[in-house]
Amino acid sequence: MNDLLFLIGFPVIIALLMLLVKDKIRNYIVIVSAIALGIASLYLLITYFNKNTVFFDIPFEPASKIMVIIEILLAVYILYLGIKFKKYFTVALILLQAGLLLFLEMGLISGIHPVNNLFIDQFSIIMAMIIGIIGSLICVYALGYMETYHNRHTGIKDRRKLFFFILFIFLSAMFGIVFSNNLLWVLFFWEITTICSFVLIGYSGTPEATNNAFLALSMNLLGGVAFIAALIYIAMMDPSGKLFGLDALISSGYALAIVPAVLICFAGITKAALMPFSSWLVGAMVAPTPVSALLHSSTMVKAGVYIIVRFAPVLALTTEGFIIAMVGAVTFLLASGIAISQSNAKKVLAYSTIANLGLIVACAGVGTYNLMWVAILLIIFHAIAKSLLFLCVGTVENRIGSKNIEDMGGLIVRMPKIAMMMFIGMAGMFLAPFGMVISKWAAIEAFITAPFGLVFIAILAFGGSFTVFYWSKWMGKIISVMRHQEVVEDTVKKEKWAVLYILTALVVGVCLAFPLISTYLIEPFIMNIYGITTGLSQANLAIMIMMLCLLLIMPFSMLFYRTGSKHVSPYMGGRPTEGEMRFSGTFGTMRELSLANYYMDKYFGEDKVFYIGTLLCWGLLLIAGIILAGVVL
Amino acid sequence: MIVEPVISLVNAVLFVLLAPLVGGLIAGIDRKVTARMQGRVGPPVLQPFYDVGKLFEKENMVVTVTQHFYVLSYLVFMVVAGALFFSGGDMLLVIFAFTLSHIFLVLGAYASYSPYSHIGAERELIQIIAYEPMIIFTAVGMYMVTQSFNVSAIVNSGIPIILYLPGVFIGYLIVLTIKLRKSPFDLSTSHHAHQEIVKGVTTDFSGSNLGKIEIAHWYEYVFLLGVVYLFFGFNPYIAIAAIIIAYFLEVLIDNTISRAKWQLTLRSAWLIAGTLGIVNLGVLYYLKGVIMP
Repeated sequence: MNDLLFLIGFPVIIALLMLLVKDKIRNYIVIVSAIALGIASLYLLITYFNKNTVFFDIPFEPASKIMVIIEILLAVYILYLGIKFKKYFTVALILLQAGLLLFLEMGLISGIHPVNNLFIDQFSIIMAMIIGIIGSLICVYALGYMETYHNRHTGIKDRRKLFFFILFIFLSAMFGIVFSNNLLWVLFFWEITTICSFVLIGYSGTPEATNNAFLALSMNLLGGVAFIAALIYIAMMDPSGKLFGLDALISSGYALAIVPAVLICFAGITKAALMPFSSWLVGAMVAPTPVSALLHSSTMVKAGVYIIVRFAPVLALTTEGFIIAMVGAVTFLLASGIAISQSNAKKVLAYSTIANLGLIVACAGVGTYNLMWVAILLIIFHAIAKSLLFLCVGTVENRIGSKNIEDMGGLIVRMPKIAMMMFIGMAGMFLAPFGMVISKWAAIEAFITAPFGLVFIAILAFGGSFTVFYWSKWMGKIISVMRHQEVVEDTVKKEKWAVLYILTALVVGVCLAFPLISTYLIEPFIMNIYGITTGLSQANLAIMIMMLCLLLIMPFSMLFYRTGSKHVSPYMGGRPTEGEMRFSGTFGTMRELSLANYYMDKYFGEDKVFYIGTLLCWGLLLIAGIILAGVVL
Repeated sequence: MIVEPVISLVNAVLFVLLAPLVGGLIAGIDRKVTARMQGRVGPPVLQPFYDVGKLFEKENMVVTVTQHFYVLSYLVFMVVAGALFFSGGDMLLVIFAFTLSHIFLVLGAYASYSPYSHIGAERELIQIIAYEPMIIFTAVGMYMVTQSFNVSAIVNSGIPIILYLPGVFIGYLIVLTIKLRKSPFDLSTSHHAHQEIVKGVTTDFSGSNLGKIEIAHWYEYVFLLGVVYLFFGFNPYIAIAAIIIAYFLEVLIDNTISRAKWQLTLRSAWLIAGTLGIVNLGVLYYLKGVIMP
């Protein structure tokens, strides 16, 4: 029990320290606390992996009172900012939310005394590992990044104390979400992450950042409203408050649980930025890159899918579940398509994140046991590979001053180590035998046995090929060899390298270790819920691991080829060339050679595809709403 | 108990050893038949072997040494994909290994900074995304008929799969046209002499690297035709006949239809996959539910 409280409480203490200390000491504290959090989450793994669900009887009362006070203070703060920046939609939402919350807290649940407020099971362990290890690595990376960031952007006010304060508060809130069994507490931590995200997106204070921060806030508040609505429904159905326990609600059966489940899944959809809410995540890319890595790819948006995966047993084989899954699947397909048309590296990563979250929701929405297995697998693989990619892009951006993929040509020469890491990260996202492909494979095998699974397989087949396209062309860009270019990566800081190396090792390591993760964590968890479990067959696993080893030793063939080849210029249609980048054009002038990728704007243009996605997904949500209204009435 | 893995292993080894010979012969016959269709005598049937042999004697010229790595990986993973297939492995795994192998070819083309190989690489990618959905539908269709993704189980099922999957089969033939680099879909590189992007993806490969690409291509031939075999696996004679007819059709199409633009390639491949493939699978799905509950 103390370990859980440590993970929730310790980051808060560090966060408060962050408000006090200056640069040098901050570096030490962040590194030490990152190590502490990493060790604590490993300790959690060792202690609890062989126990199934363990509940902890934390007293409800003092904690809840404090939470209510904090919630009210935050609401006032948002209200103030909303009025200051004239964001009246946000103001309306926060008023609505505060009103509903007060109604809930004061009117409906004054007399309840829930027990078992905290819990841990294998899924929580997995999430805690992601937050504790990847999250704290990103915090360490942020130290160096933010220093360079402020050196480069002198116009932006240095508010690093606030920045790190929010980062650690956020970590605490994430631990809170995954350890809370009491839905009131989940909601509290949920709202904290929303506000952290809001502050961090608006960090630079530019009008664009402020607007995008409010966009993110409004959409997440909308989700929050749905979440509170679910809680009010629960309180009305069951005045004893027993159903506020996540475990009790999930096992209470379709009739009781479906309405709150769908409402909370709606909140999850907004948090995970599925269509029609994807625009907030794309807008959030104005935030400093560590924020994108931490909040907007590996952890906070994962909270959205986490809660949907939790409710998968309720959604399984219901119409509502199918509709939520369709929202996920449509998002997967269309966001993957939009990613083809983007040349801004962070936007490509954002759309890829949205797409993968969509896929996870598609799996969880259908909700059969083997799809839940896939969903959890996707969460793990995606968190690691995507955070690595974000951090690599951040490093490149700090060095070459551009996030544009077209400016990353020849990165393998300019920043060889970073380019290799990006290469591995991208391979992790779409190539066999790395994680995401293992998941895609398992997803096809799982969907085929699910009702209407064919629809999802078709979407997966097309969306998967989009994925191959946009990653490959980016990969091609960074590995195209242009000689006569400088190496510019030697100024990258030591702790940044350490973080990048660890993440790269994790991308590969998790693929090798995934049979263990599956056997000891995911499969027992699935077994507990469904009484049946799944996994890839031993023979296929062996082949996958052999392929991975083969892939890892292939680069050593380069040693063999190092000498003995005659170097020639690339073929230029027989034109005389000078160096490699210039060739003789007409009238004897030397012209610069530049190559650009295909973006197929006509087919996958952002506006058009997003419009289609918004229409489709709103339509789907509307249908879900009508069904829900039918159930309630 | 022990027999099955041994057979798998023997099959895999046989594939590794024999596929280049068979693939090379197919390429030779292809050139001969093509020549006859064009009213020429054509080269000897063994010409592809002479060509590749000569390539390996050439001077080792590269734009960047990394090309060696990409080409070698392309060949190795093509062999892995084919060996997995012939050892009776999981179809989906085979497909993913197959895609991996092609990505290496594309990366090899990107690695040299030549406009011709760059456009070739982009087009090769477009081809990959054009055919991949259909190949996955093929595997899924076979699963729906035989209840297994394992090639050994599919081929031993004794079910005339073609009767259940005619739409998927036609879709697969279209994919085959793309994969065999036959006109109208020979966008990224062509067997024919002249193309607007010279030799596309292979522009900047020469000597032994080009030779390895040819050999990988032979392995690919055998693998792709092996998938055709699966549709007719219930009767080997019919299957062989089907392969010959399918290949002859591909050569005929190659010689009678002019090259399409990439837009048309992408659209037609997806349209076929989206209609014939999905409709076929959908009908099958429906029938499974109704007739065999």
